[in-house]
Amino acid sequence: MAEPVAHGSTAVSAAGADGTAVLEVRDLTTHYGPVRALDGVSLRADKGRITAVLGANGAGKTTLLRTVSGLIRPARGQVLLDGTEITRAPVESMVGRGMSHVPEGRGVIAELTVDENLRVGALFRGKTPKEEFDRVYELFPRLAERRNQPAHNLSGGERQMLVIGRALLARPRILLLDEPSLGLAPRIVAQIFGLVRQLVDTEGLSVLLVEQNARSALSVADVGVVLNLGRVVVTDSARTLMADEDLRHAYLGF
Amino acid sequence: MQQFITLTVAGAVQGAVYAAFALALVLIWRSTRIVNFAQGAMAAATTFIALALIEAGQSYWVALLVALVSGFVLGAVIERVVIRPVEGGPELNAVIVTLGLFIAIQALVAIVFGNDERAFPPPFDRVGFTVGETNIALTPNNLYTIGGVLVTLVLLIVLFRYTPVGLAMRASAFGQEVARLLGVRVSRMLTLGWALAAVVGAVAGVLIAGEGSSVTPNFMDALIVYGFVAAVLGGLDSPIGAVVGGVALGLLLGYVRGYLGDEVVNLAALVILIVVLLVRPGGLFSSAQARRA
Repeated sequence: MAEPVAHGSTAVSAAGADGTAVLEVRDLTTHYGPVRALDGVSLRADKGRITAVLGANGAGKTTLLRTVSGLIRPARGQVLLDGTEITRAPVESMVGRGMSHVPEGRGVIAELTVDENLRVGALFRGKTPKEEFDRVYELFPRLAERRNQPAHNLSGGERQMLVIGRALLARPRILLLDEPSLGLAPRIVAQIFGLVRQLVDTEGLSVLLVEQNARSALSVADVGVVLNLGRVVVTDSARTLMADEDLRHAYLGF
Repeated sequence: MQQFITLTVAGAVQGAVYAAFALALVLIWRSTRIVNFAQGAMAAATTFIALALIEAGQSYWVALLVALVSGFVLGAVIERVVIRPVEGGPELNAVIVTLGLFIAIQALVAIVFGNDERAFPPPFDRVGFTVGETNIALTPNNLYTIGGVLVTLVLLIVLFRYTPVGLAMRASAFGQEVARLLGVRVSRMLTLGWALAAVVGAVAGVLIAGEGSSVTPNFMDALIVYGFVAAVLGGLDSPIGAVVGGVALGLLLGYVRGYLGDEVVNLAALVILIVVLLVRPGGLFSSAQARRA
């Protein structure tokens, strides 16, 4: 059983990684009525890294992301983006501040076409150069084929590509991903995680990834944070967590 | 044959007005998932404003413009002040609030403008065209009414399909939380949805008044029933469906009125509503399936 390690730093290197926190969460506590969904959670997501938040169903992973992006008000604690407190900032302002949240269930707007979904993602910027849309279509050729189809025609994998592409159009510094692997075939999961890794390594993007599929998540992440019943159990490098058999059995289910 | 043509024309004109009214209901349903029972009273209020201006000597077109602008303001204010607190709550709360609004606005209109039946001068002739020797039932004002509804529909389609504001409104309607996460100011879009709906309602009110309905505080009451049936017929989510549903309902009820008698028209509307709900609960143009996918 691993001892809880506070903010374990790792030697994993990535393009933009320099050990500065893009996102920092301090002592975050969120209630759902009498239930304490998050109980004093502190963690950080460093620049140019993938930080994976792992844990069983009900551990508080989704609540964490929803509190960070302002969809839920915390009872206590702080959220800092690049050192600036954003704890009670309106949800609508988050993309403008450089944080894109891809919610649970992917958040495709099914009634809109693929192209319209992408354009909604760029609305807040006003005029967005056509090249940026082209780049998303280059990244995901499948989307280009279906750009004028309603998004409800897309497969699960294509939907995940769409929401990641849409989030990228906001040019975020940090991307919050909620269970991107949910309901996808292992091959597609590998493909999507590979792409996220590539974006992080080549463009210095930072990612806070929430996953129940701990094995896949740890294989792509730099740092892992294990959550149980709303509390952080351990924070360490993905490699160390992967090697800790007791911890894996106890909290990660593999 | 002569009677069939006459009924078709009359039905199409009625249908155009139902369509406009259904369009207003659809706009609100799409943005806030509320059936606005106050729509008729709101439209009566704006029609009275137009009528007051005409009686004061202003031109029809000035009166129309003021009615549209006051509809916009009325819709926006009602959404902000009265609807906002019940949004996202139990659906029944919103229904009761709009019913309360309906009674309150109607009473207010009666206090301000009185309860008497008033005539609304039409912008165009209400005497039918003559082709050769025969006088046909279609009047210039009929064409204006149908045209007005079509122009309204086209403008709405252009707004929703081809403008950033329209895209933001659709995103807000179909994926409220996602839209917020993407930086769309959803609450502003909901206000705009109500404002636009009230404008379309104002169009319907002025058009139907110009077709010869006597204007009273409750002159739009029957229309809300037909407008609702038309909207359900077209699928509450679809603006085009609302217009097709409105025209279809107008024609059907026109034939019922002509061939079966005036007294079964309301019954026929009810039967159509029940049949649609039984056979195609999502309406003819529903995107309900898409929403669940």
